[in-house]
Amino acid sequence: MAKTTGPLISIRRLNKAYGTFTVLHDIDLDVAEGEVVCIIGPSGSGKSTLIRCINHLEAFSPDSTITVDGTRVAPGPALAKVRAEVGMVFQSFNLFPHMTVLRNVMLAPMRVRKASPEDAERKARELLARVGISEQAEKFPGQLSGGQQQRVAIARALAMEPGVLLFDEPTSSLDPEMVGEVLDVMRKLAGTGVTMIIVTHEMGFARQVADRVIFMDAGRLVEAGTPAEIFDNPREERTRSFLRAVLNH
Amino acid sequence: MNLLNTFFNIPVFLNSLPQLLWGLVVTLQIGITSILVGLAGGLFLAVARLYAPAFFQVLIRIYIDIFRSIPLLVLLIVVYYALPFVGIRLSPFLSAVTALSLVSAAYTAEIFRAGIEAIPHGQFEASSALGLSGRSTMMDIILPQAIRIVIPPLTNNCINVMKDTALASVVAMPDLLKQATQAQALNANPTPLIGAALIYIALLWPMVAVVARLEKHYSRGKR
Repeated sequence: MAKTTGPLISIRRLNKAYGTFTVLHDIDLDVAEGEVVCIIGPSGSGKSTLIRCINHLEAFSPDSTITVDGTRVAPGPALAKVRAEVGMVFQSFNLFPHMTVLRNVMLAPMRVRKASPEDAERKARELLARVGISEQAEKFPGQLSGGQQQRVAIARALAMEPGVLLFDEPTSSLDPEMVGEVLDVMRKLAGTGVTMIIVTHEMGFARQVADRVIFMDAGRLVEAGTPAEIFDNPREERTRSFLRAVLNH
Repeated sequence: MNLLNTFFNIPVFLNSLPQLLWGLVVTLQIGITSILVGLAGGLFLAVARLYAPAFFQVLIRIYIDIFRSIPLLVLLIVVYYALPFVGIRLSPFLSAVTALSLVSAAYTAEIFRAGIEAIPHGQFEASSALGLSGRSTMMDIILPQAIRIVIPPLTNNCINVMKDTALASVVAMPDLLKQATQAQALNANPTPLIGAALIYIALLWPMVAVVARLEKHYSRGKR
């Protein structure tokens, strides 16, 4: 991705409402290149909606602006460019069940980046090796465990060589014993300098890998800071009560 | 005259067999053409109904509802006997294929729509998030999955179209049924009708069996 002087992602006065119900309220957020941001907060606080606005899976109020690497996120031809630059990993994996694992990873580079099948396959095998599932390349997603499927989903997102990776609760639908293997892959990724925005309930992971932690509640960005600031010394009462609830169980 | 001589008269049957087989060829021509046109038309209508501008979506819905409501025999007679009054004169073959295809496309569109709507929303989202175009999303992701789901109902529809080709006999199309009724008149014996019925069964039984197997296969959740 081209170097820009400003932040890689810039969100200004992001508002979103379903009818009269406000989902996101005046969110301002800048994410620098290479930064790892974890978003925490109670269910229904708008965390997932926020990151789904970044690649416009969710529409938002037209007077809000989101830019990714200088390109404004809005419906139209520029959106495909943004989406090619922004990878996403979903809570429910959303792998393509009718294609092999290998084909899942190869498809988007071939269709969007016009990569040759040979290049796409070489790259896909490389990425599958990186997330530790080379041996499963010829299998179908349904034959894999949840943790393996999510690692394929990460490889699929990485195949587009995105400047930013969005993770929407990537471990929330996994059996507990599979959470670790996915977090390990993400931890390794965070070390490679790729920009990551992660919605998560894994507080230990957030503390460990995040450059910045954001706490959201009721559609508002309540507090942002380093992991130490948020977890050890939160300023807002709402943050304190949330952390008390999730850390003492 | 005993039963055997009336309904299963071997000499009459052998005598009329070439005629019946010619009828079968015509039936297959009408059926296969209508099935193919109906499939293509139905797929187009289904995708357009989901993605075309609102105005066209309404038109497509009206089309689908009308052609699912009208009895095929009525439509066929309208096409063959009424349209000439406005200068549209279709041959018996084209009349039959037109009527069958129009109706089949309406049913097929509904089948495809149900199939597309059965695909989890996450598949569309994952495609969007990867930057796939709308066309690629349909061709690579959605339709390959939807088609697997709709193979049993589609096959069922094909069977219905094949059976409904018999209606073409009312517009003087020399299909299997028409040939059988003519042979019956000629021989003054109903054996050719029985022969035609057996040929229809021999043609469609395997398809019915295939549908039953497919439905069993898919209901087991095997993909």
